Amino acid sequence: MADPIPYRPLAEGSQPPYDLPAYGSTHARHPKAAPLRIPQTLTEVSAPRFAPTWYAPHEDLSTVDGKAALGERIIVAGRVLDENGRPVPDAMVEIWQANAAGRYHHPRDQHDAPLDPNFLGRGRVFTDAEGNYRFTTVKPGAYPWRNHWNAWRPIHIHFGLHGAGFAQRLVTQMYFPGDPLLDLDPIYQGSGDAEARSRLVAAFDLQVTQPEWALGYRFDIVLRGRAATPFENA
Amino acid sequence: MMHATASQTAGPYWHMIDFPEWADLLRADGPNAGAAGERIVLAGRITDGTGAAVSDAMVELWQADPEGRYDAGFHGFGRCATDLQGGFRFTTLKPGAVPGPGNSTQAPHIVISIFARGLMRALVTRAYFAGDVLLAQDPILALVPEARRDTLIARPAGNGEWRLDIRLQGEGETVFLDV
Ligand SMILES: [Fe+2]
Repeated sequence: MADPIPYRPLAEGSQPPYDLPAYGSTHARHPKAAPLRIPQTLTEVSAPRFAPTWYAPHEDLSTVDGKAALGERIIVAGRVLDENGRPVPDAMVEIWQANAAGRYHHPRDQHDAPLDPNFLGRGRVFTDAEGNYRFTTVKPGAYPWRNHWNAWRPIHIHFGLHGAGFAQRLVTQMYFPGDPLLDLDPIYQGSGDAEARSRLVAAFDLQVTQPEWALGYRFDIVLRGRAATPFENA
Repeated sequence: MMHATASQTAGPYWHMIDFPEWADLLRADGPNAGAAGERIVLAGRITDGTGAAVSDAMVELWQADPEGRYDAGFHGFGRCATDLQGGFRFTTLKPGAVPGPGNSTQAPHIVISIFARGLMRALVTRAYFAGDVLLAQDPILALVPEARRDTLIARPAGNGEWRLDIRLQGEGETVFLDV
């Protein structure tokens, strides 16, 4: 059997390090040894297929039983592409976030902000043949965390993506443009070079915005792309 | 060429997308209901550099079917939240040997990915099965310094259960893979 064409190594500066001193939780959790580079085999270039039959889509986070969540309704849309600029179709996109008050519907979140019975904050969508996805939600609130004194996470939505190869698996966060907390957040600030960080910030988009209904944000996501030839698998 | 979007921590509240039934790949109402093969449990405990339990991790499993195939209908994906002791536990079918680079053969293995607060990127490792005759010729295991190979080898614990503890940092640190 011919060797599979591998995904390219991640580009320098495109990713955060495991050891991020300003982010306290990394101290005891990052491996001291650098992960061992291995050639990609069938295991790394194959991936589970997530059929909507088994993984039901849930693309409107803004209501529960037809009742509207509190907060500013927004639409988030974008494309999932690979590094070669090709759309990634049928990718499963998982979403989770805090409510408009900055509180997660999660038993371990003890932030003194109200829960909203009409907002659970989790969703699941699939990309179409052109790599497009879209969901409706409410704009999350900022929330405090105990990383350092007076620490607040910039408002964000968590994303999990499953592409066509195991090596494309990505968990990331989408931030909002103009958030003053971005400058102060060790997670965002530790996430690669300036270009890499800017890719994590969605753009307000009037095309996605729906009149008399909801503001729209565009967040395009890039997954790893395959090398041109099998010989690039260093 | 564009660059891949930066990975970010899954944070402490990823359980919003936890569906505990996904830890059982053989669940009666799931995609593998009725699949034939050797039923196994893969379980272990995740600890950090201080020896403390990693009790808020999202653990994902990826594996081939009992014939070593990834494209023949078996859905080799699972997800499990670690418990307060750092424990995870999957029920699945034992995978078969998978083709490796060149004409090599990879010993049966299960990929384990860990996402958590404090992990800006996923940590990826493999669980092999102790005693498998193919271990000696596995092309990936051959790249791992011999003294650390044990960190990738699950041990039988009786009744079809295999155990592999994972140490994120320090003495006995698990070998993680950059794929
Ligand atoms: Fe968060």
